[in-house]
Amino acid sequence: MNALRRHRALSRIWASDPGLRGWFTTVNHTDLGRMFLAVAVFFFVVGGILAMLIRAQLASPRSAFLGPDHYNQVLTMHGTIMMFLFAIPLFEGLAVYLLPKMLGTRDLAFPRLTAYGFWCYVFGGAMMVFSLLAGVAPDSGWFMYPPLSSTIGAPGINPDFWLIGITFVEISAISAAVEITVTVLRYRAPGMSLSKMPIFAWYALVTAVMILTGFPPLILGSILLELERAFGMPFFQVAAGGDALLWQHLFWLFGHPEVYIIFLPAAGAISTILPVMARTTLMGYGWIVAAAVSLGVLSFGLWVHHMFTTGIPHMGLAFFSAASTLVAVPTAVQIFAWIGTLSKGRPSLHLPMLWLLAFFATFVIGGLTGVMVAIVPFDWQAHDTYFIVAHLHYVLIGGFVFPMLAALYYWMPHFTGRKTYFKLGNTAFWLVFFGFHGTFLLLHWAGLLGMRRRIDTYEAGQGWEAINLIASISGFVMAIGFALVLIDVVINAVVAIRGSRDPWKAGTLEWAMPTPSAPYNFASLPHVTSRDPLYDDPELPVRLARGEGYLGDPGRARRETISVEIASGAPRYITVFPGNTALPMLMSAITGLFFLGMLLKTYWLVPISASGVIACALYWVWSLGGTTREGPLPVGRGPDLLTAAETADPPGWWGSIFLLLANGTFFGSLLFGYVFLWTIAPNWPPPNFAEPGLGIGLTALAGAALTALGTRWRPGAALLFAAPGLVALAVTGVMTLMLVPDPTAHAYDATLWVLIGYGLLHQPWHS
Amino acid sequence: MIATLWWVLLIGATLIFLFVAGLIVWAWRRPPGEVSERRFVVWLGLAFPITVLVALLGYGLVVGERLLPRAGPEVVEVRAEARQWEWRFGYADAPGRETENLLHIPAARPVDVAITSIDVIHSFWVPRLAGKLDAVPGHVNVLRIEADRPGRYEGLSAEFNGVGYRDHRFTVIAHDAEGWQTFLQGETP
Repeated sequence: MNALRRHRALSRIWASDPGLRGWFTTVNHTDLGRMFLAVAVFFFVVGGILAMLIRAQLASPRSAFLGPDHYNQVLTMHGTIMMFLFAIPLFEGLAVYLLPKMLGTRDLAFPRLTAYGFWCYVFGGAMMVFSLLAGVAPDSGWFMYPPLSSTIGAPGINPDFWLIGITFVEISAISAAVEITVTVLRYRAPGMSLSKMPIFAWYALVTAVMILTGFPPLILGSILLELERAFGMPFFQVAAGGDALLWQHLFWLFGHPEVYIIFLPAAGAISTILPVMARTTLMGYGWIVAAAVSLGVLSFGLWVHHMFTTGIPHMGLAFFSAASTLVAVPTAVQIFAWIGTLSKGRPSLHLPMLWLLAFFATFVIGGLTGVMVAIVPFDWQAHDTYFIVAHLHYVLIGGFVFPMLAALYYWMPHFTGRKTYFKLGNTAFWLVFFGFHGTFLLLHWAGLLGMRRRIDTYEAGQGWEAINLIASISGFVMAIGFALVLIDVVINAVVAIRGSRDPWKAGTLEWAMPTPSAPYNFASLPHVTSRDPLYDDPELPVRLARGEGYLGDPGRARRETISVEIASGAPRYITVFPGNTALPMLMSAITGLFFLGMLLKTYWLVPISASGVIACALYWVWSLGGTTREGPLPVGRGPDLLTAAETADPPGWWGSIFLLLANGTFFGSLLFGYVFLWTIAPNWPPPNFAEPGLGIGLTALAGAALTALGTRWRPGAALLFAAPGLVALAVTGVMTLMLVPDPTAHAYDATLWVLIGYGLLHQPWHS
Repeated sequence: MIATLWWVLLIGATLIFLFVAGLIVWAWRRPPGEVSERRFVVWLGLAFPITVLVALLGYGLVVGERLLPRAGPEVVEVRAEARQWEWRFGYADAPGRETENLLHIPAARPVDVAITSIDVIHSFWVPRLAGKLDAVPGHVNVLRIEADRPGRYEGLSAEFNGVGYRDHRFTVIAHDAEGWQTFLQGETP
């Protein structure tokens, strides 16, 4: 079989459906990665237009362009869209597109889950856009502090769009995170041990695990706040035993890791691109991995630095101030390792490198102002002023958008298979760079002059007019620059001439394939022996196309790839992927109905759509997996391998483990909330505690014992013991609920309801 | 004291920025060849930031400690209660006295403001007198302020609180000793 015939055979197996239908049934990571990126860019444009409305309003004092009502919606949605609908999905899109190619495999671990996550993102995002167009968008600030975002401050539907829409979108973040984690750990080219992984994969792994542990507190907070708004369960109302500060803790438990969830993928792109631009290899690979991991861990320990002005005790402040400055250390390790890489190489000034230099100039300033606000007495002055606005844009645009633009220009030849021909990109670069600093550099000063964040307009004569006018004009220059980038990309994608396969002379595997890539990525899978396989063997792409690697024989006519041992990268088993299906889109549409029912308070829709989702999920699991034993199969090289269905730890098992990690964090956050209310909320203890009698206690004990016995003893006993055990546990839950008749009476009662609800929801799955 | 802190931060940050920028220029112009990984990662990446940060933290802690409210015979106690979009102030030395959007304090004496809210979260901020502290429903936070000389000082709400946020302000009037006595006796000086 020659290379062309192999290509045709593999394409028949792996291709998405032709035409319009293909958009809805594709489960291919290349397609879905591109779709993710395109939708994320769409939301960047929407968020950017909102930013321009803000700058238009603030250009002059006493402006009547937007009233406070509309201004607050625009402001809230700008932050919300940029954080949740642009930054996170852009990372997901990039990882979905790149990871399998860099890791030398053919698709992500769970192709249908990729599609499900994508459609949840699209439907949830559409909800948010609708609220904006209908003029009922959330208006309580992107941080949604109750009581302002609760029924007291916002009786309308506006905050419900945020709480429900964003929770819906977060399903896509959680699915992508599970997907990325399992892919990086198990789906690599044979021979690629953890220490030979491309550095981007390390960053993606750390980011994904952070999403799994960082998002659950926010999802919990959103559910609690929605329960308060919809059913009057007073988690955040101080008079009934709640506490508004609980939201701030849950929100920033998510919100600070979120900053690093955004920065780390960008750092991953820098660590990948910079060495190639400097024609050398990365300095301090091990140090950089350690730095990324420690950033991930540390970022969970400093959420309180967003709350320095809420009246936290001084020693608490000192601890979190120290933790906040400490994150500068792993960041510095990376920065200096990158500079070291530059110094040992021969850097050349291509467009991606230009964006990386803009990153250095901008991000270092943002990092230094970040250290400033970590010093508590200074923060007491700067907090909630334009100093913070300027700081966070230096960090997020400098630390995320600029590196992502470098990534865009670096991987564009891969996306399109064409040479960058038109040089519009350089003009765009200078417009964005000067526009950005013109907008935000002086705003630091406005903040120190006392200009508060989030005011909809201001009086003349406070010394802010010139600064704001310059900021607005520069803001529009930056917007024109971004528009030019978009035009540049479109023109180059459509009309530029075909380019060579590896234009930057990079060493990683994504360049070891023809571009734009075929749906199966690699005609045969490489055996990897170093971090830069293409430097060791420039002929590798040709040899892979000839079928000299693993799984080069498409004879079994199904989508196959190889899963490896986590640490060593030794081949373990063959994974068979599912084919094209509209099931993920259907299931996310039904999931959308569930959220819509909550939003519109049409509660009959909720159980119906929930059953629909369960039915889809059951069909989903049933429709895959072998029904016959195949035994070890040849894979072209090395020993024969079993298929995943015949092994003890198939990918689904690993996916469940990481989903359970997220679930466990969710439960942990719930317990944290309970303890927080108990110890901090002013109106505790509650007037009456639920007092479980001996009956409930015995039932619970018996249920737990029977269930444990049934699931651990021997398979035959499961039904005999576990089933009555589970029933007993369910009865305990219901009996306890009956002890707490009114969840709206006190936060204690409301918390008990949620705890028992969580337990009952997990009952049927326990066995 | 905070002004000094700011200048220290600004000058330090500028020096570090120039150092990093200079290093990049040096790295760019240097002919290619192996360099010491240890020098970049361990000395510049670890030792340098740790030294700077430890010094800075200690300094910030000392400044913060000095700004804390401490008990003393001179201390005047007032109460600030925020709501959408108004501030009400009460006085320990003049029970029953309540002023709206106008806080009277004596000059040259430490004043402890007990801050709370009755609806959403607000923040009490008089930029020229002290940093800001949040008004959280159900909690009372105490902020120490002190005006060096008599006069009027602008006060602001510094936590977003809805459509009236922009104009949610108040004024602090610092009296001399005589004016403060007059105020406490119930007359508007």
